[in-house]
Amino acid sequence: MRVAVLCGGRSHERTVSLRSGARVEQALLHLGHEPVLVDTEENVEQLLRDGGFDVAFIALHGRGEEDGGIQALLGALGIPYTGSRSTPCAAAYDKARAKRLLVAANVPTPRFVTFSEGSIEEQGAMGALAEARETIGYPLVVKPARSGSSLGTRFVEDEEAMPRALLGAMSYDVHVVVETHVSGRELAVTLLGGGDSEVRVLPAVEIVPRNADWFDYESRYAHGETEFTCPPEGFPPAVLDRVAEVALAAYETLDCSGFGRVDMIIDDAGDPWVLEVATAPGLTETSLVPLACEAAGIALPRLVELLLADALAQSVAD
Amino acid sequence: MRRSTLDPYEDRYARRVFGMRSSVMRDLMAITQRPEVISLAGGLPNTGAFDREVLASLLEEISRTDGARALQYGPTEGIRGVIDVIVDVMRTEGMDPDPANIIVTTGGQQVLDLFARTFLDPGDVVIAEGPTYPGVVPCFDAVQADVRHVPLDEDGLNPDLVEELIDDLAREGLRPKYLYTIPTFQNPGGCTTTLERRIRLVELAHERDLIILEDNPYSLLRYEGEPVPTLRSLDQHERVAYLGTFSKIFSPGVRVGWIEAPRPILARINLMKQAADLCSSTFMQLLVTSFFTAEDGAMWKRWVSDLNVIYRERRDAMVEAIDEFFPSEVEYTVPQGGLFLWATLPAAIDTTDLLARALEKNVAFVPGAGAYLDGNGGSSMRLNYSAMESDRIREGIRRIGETANEALDLARTLGLDGER
Repeated sequence: MRVAVLCGGRSHERTVSLRSGARVEQALLHLGHEPVLVDTEENVEQLLRDGGFDVAFIALHGRGEEDGGIQALLGALGIPYTGSRSTPCAAAYDKARAKRLLVAANVPTPRFVTFSEGSIEEQGAMGALAEARETIGYPLVVKPARSGSSLGTRFVEDEEAMPRALLGAMSYDVHVVVETHVSGRELAVTLLGGGDSEVRVLPAVEIVPRNADWFDYESRYAHGETEFTCPPEGFPPAVLDRVAEVALAAYETLDCSGFGRVDMIIDDAGDPWVLEVATAPGLTETSLVPLACEAAGIALPRLVELLLADALAQSVAD
Repeated sequence: MRRSTLDPYEDRYARRVFGMRSSVMRDLMAITQRPEVISLAGGLPNTGAFDREVLASLLEEISRTDGARALQYGPTEGIRGVIDVIVDVMRTEGMDPDPANIIVTTGGQQVLDLFARTFLDPGDVVIAEGPTYPGVVPCFDAVQADVRHVPLDEDGLNPDLVEELIDDLAREGLRPKYLYTIPTFQNPGGCTTTLERRIRLVELAHERDLIILEDNPYSLLRYEGEPVPTLRSLDQHERVAYLGTFSKIFSPGVRVGWIEAPRPILARINLMKQAADLCSSTFMQLLVTSFFTAEDGAMWKRWVSDLNVIYRERRDAMVEAIDEFFPSEVEYTVPQGGLFLWATLPAAIDTTDLLARALEKNVAFVPGAGAYLDGNGGSSMRLNYSAMESDRIREGIRRIGETANEALDLARTLGLDGER
């Protein structure tokens, strides 16, 4: 098959996406397909229209790339594509929207409030700080609502540090999510399938930062900064069952399909809290999805093959 | 059960590699390569103005008359012709080096690396300016050095602060292995250390047994004011090692620089260089030699003076645009030469975050944090004016100014102090 591997783009995570794309390209060659790297930086519509592609593999990350726009375009062009459909992508990418959906479906997610530049101007800094203090309390986490990975995310210990954290997060998006900091162990759960096919929950990967106590952007993408354990050690089976159950609920609540990753914190009582759902998780050599797949006996080429088959099946269903 | 870092070779790496991190900044910088981005982030000399015919004829002549040698290994210390050229260039700057005290290197960057590896064990203290050249940061990281910054002011590096630091270190039982400085048109600070301070720095080095590594890539790019003698030329006691480069006065692509240093240091550097690359490119050394000896040295001097006319005009365009478009609280250096200026915004602004905003407007700069190893510099930025034409510079500065004003408005709304 002639496969468009969509990667690059204009987001801050362009570099990561190019690395994901290159890995997918290798896997496709290995499978005997004809991959064509399509950098979505410009003319993407033309490239897709003229490319004669049988299917598109989406390896895009970050703002403007992960928000469902490319899925809508592919849908309109009638090109089957991997992963979730447009609406779930848009919902998952906007952390505020995703959290609202999760709360409505009783999926546990840390308590949160949202702010925007406009709302802060309206209620004033004192009002916003009071709201954060009273509704959330310290320590808390400030995140841009729409930004891939953890760019602009800040752990805030006390109110004094809050204005700078808000200002920082608002550099990446005008909307920010302020949520309770849940301390505990961080797990990422990869899921395959969805839509009309059954969802398969893969073993969770535990993320243990080597130095910092915060899993920041730098450690996420740098070799050797973080240790990953798959499956995680020392959890009672009941907790891992609950983790799988909550991950599945989050994935289905957002109506994801193809594949995705649910990031969560397991608090000291053993309860999981969903931090976010990624519909376009990274596939680089330091990404979590390939690791979980390997632990489940699915090498990257096999994952790519599964996703292509799923793309074609979803396209028929569409 | 499996424990993994996703890197199967992880447990075999040397400890030092873990100190070398990829950064947010580097990934953000990757997007600055897009053609629609006005990048004031680079440090690129203007090679576009170099006469291609001249380049072609220099290369052709080398190929025809000296081809076998051009393709061959050379001595570790460099070929004689280029060492003579180096002596000439250093004389132009008021020094009179012994050719035997020179080693040709693969760019000035190699001197930074070789010097760090020759002198610094893990935990050793090195003194650097604050801000320091971002390119030296990985060299210090790679040897796990303990870098102590001495803040710069508009008169450059203050010897009194260096002395205070040496005293403080002595109280901790520490002694700095060397001081790294760019005294003229400092990158990224844009400032120049005054003569009075230079004299005192060299005295201090003698009194306190301090080695100085003087990095001097820019001083011939002076378009205003009188040249200030190099530290090396003031040194009577073999305290100063001197780093020079052809990158800014000819081409960074040839990767030819040099170190001139006291003989014992040079012997050690020579051994390190043998391990690193045996010798620098013979072909490129011949090219440098041809260009710098053409017309008895008149050709390169004319090229540098042409560059200075261009750079001066671009600096003026940048300064004018900053005055017009940046928040009034900005403080910045007005360099009399070189390629960069350094601007500092109110402390509420984090310039790494600001870069994310600026990229939305297709403009880029280097955030100041990359010029410090101690977490400072967060509200500063380095702006380059050598690499593009004045109207693009003006538009770039307008966009950064707009971004900074928006961020500052929001900072004030959030109750953050707009002061510096």
